[in-house]
Amino acid sequence: MNVSEVLGRRDYAIISQLIPEGARVLDLGCGDGALLAWLKVNKRVEARGVELSRDLVQVAIARGVTVYQGDLEASLADYPDQAFDFVILSQTVQETRHPLVVLKEMLRIGRHAIVAFPNFGHWRVGLNHLLSGRAPKTGLFPFEWYDSPNIHFLTVIDFEELVAKQGWQVDRRLFLSGPSVVTALPNWRAEIAIYLFHGPA
Amino acid sequence: MIAETQTAQFDSLTLDNGVTLRDITVAYETYGALNAARSNVILIEHAFTGDAHAAGIDHEGKPGWWANMIGPGKAFDTDHYFVLCANVLGGCRGTTGPSSVNPATGRPYGLTFPGITISDMVRLQKLLIDHLGIPKLLAVAGGSMGGMQVLEWAVAFPDSVEACLPIATTARHSAQQIAFNETGRQAIMGDPDFQSGDYYGGALPARGLSVARMVGHITYMSDESMREKFGRRLRDRQDFSYGMDVDFEVESYLRYRGNQFVGRFDANSYLYITKAMDYFDLASGFPSLAAALERARSRFLVISFTSDWLYPSYQSQEIVNALRSRNHDVTYCELSSNYGHDAFLVDVGEQTEIVRGFLARCVREFRSLEAVR
Repeated sequence: MNVSEVLGRRDYAIISQLIPEGARVLDLGCGDGALLAWLKVNKRVEARGVELSRDLVQVAIARGVTVYQGDLEASLADYPDQAFDFVILSQTVQETRHPLVVLKEMLRIGRHAIVAFPNFGHWRVGLNHLLSGRAPKTGLFPFEWYDSPNIHFLTVIDFEELVAKQGWQVDRRLFLSGPSVVTALPNWRAEIAIYLFHGPA
Repeated sequence: MIAETQTAQFDSLTLDNGVTLRDITVAYETYGALNAARSNVILIEHAFTGDAHAAGIDHEGKPGWWANMIGPGKAFDTDHYFVLCANVLGGCRGTTGPSSVNPATGRPYGLTFPGITISDMVRLQKLLIDHLGIPKLLAVAGGSMGGMQVLEWAVAFPDSVEACLPIATTARHSAQQIAFNETGRQAIMGDPDFQSGDYYGGALPARGLSVARMVGHITYMSDESMREKFGRRLRDRQDFSYGMDVDFEVESYLRYRGNQFVGRFDANSYLYITKAMDYFDLASGFPSLAAALERARSRFLVISFTSDWLYPSYQSQEIVNALRSRNHDVTYCELSSNYGHDAFLVDVGEQTEIVRGFLARCVREFRSLEAVR
């Protein structure tokens, strides 16, 4: 059974492909635990989640997912080094207060990090801004500037530069536009970027 | 379904203070059926003034103290689980305590009863579990002092517990918690009828015990739940008495609860059990709480409540963070409730959903004692 058919999110399908059988997985901002529950059944992973929303945490617990209700940025320090094989940050890095701290912590507590983020470099975002003269508002970034949870905007190029600067090693990079995988001109064409990477050796 | 209280006898138990207590009775109740593999046992730990009657109704028609959580189709579903609850050591509801007769003297122990700890309570329960031939518990669950016993189980008998559910509790009593208990103890011991604890057969220290209970009740509720329940409403009157009679509804309620308590609880048990709670510090003897919990092998579901100021959420978070720092399988949720510390007893809707889901997983992932070894 395909994960995107079950969960309706293409990035979940990609993430599930990156994770091998039986891995230890921590999902930061795991929501209602749908991805972790799927991974537990289909990949027999040891699944843990962190989620701030009380309502979503209750749904996750009711479906049998190990989840900690708390702020993901504050929660990271308590985990021991290399406690997980994969630490997932799915479409929330742009909502974190200190993204670089979060990313470094992910690589401290996990052997690999998986980060998926909406690409602010997508042509529709740029065009929307250019034509409207306002903060971009698109399907990918549907919020008004004053009520957006997104506090850090980044593009594929931005992320590549950070990875290079930090000396992180990218194992896989995947770019999505709607249901399709993008290969050429990702900074311009990708709506969602997904990176699997690990720290310097 | 009438719940019958059963008893088991044990020759002796050596306590943390070095004293060996002899001829011990444990009162317990069970609900549901033990499965063939004996792998569906859930031990329920009662809070301070609770007893073995956790579910069903007794011969007087009184429902168990957690009947809304335990029963067919409930969170602790007796159609699937064999649920067990025992009165704690030092209690006054069937298990040996200060009101029991000392076999050496033929008279009630009173204050000659040895000082007890949460760890002593749990070791006595382990004797009961062994006596019943249960190799490993599916879960141990309880709120408040019940939660302390749950934590003690996790550390004292790590291989004997698949899952731990410490609810609205703490890994150590704080100064504030000790202070409230001491206030209750002083109320009891200051009652002229207390007679150094040797009041059996005479007048009970009823005033002191009921004042202690009144203080307790205040700490179990929240400012909000008290405003909702009583506000400033007057009791059966239009105007103030300008005397010391009951004016307010809340005064009447506290007096009623205090008086009612005297009929069902022993003052010496109050003293001994509150001391056991005050002594409780899971980290004692270890460099840290995390180091103490390192030995645990259970999965954990920790629950706290937003308005609980007696056992505030930060105390649950300390437990959870210590468990996370040792990479334990710990699930934590702070449920929203206005009911204060009482929430785990009365506001059980959301608690039911998460306990049910958590237990179902623990059944699926149950590791038998043989598999663990």
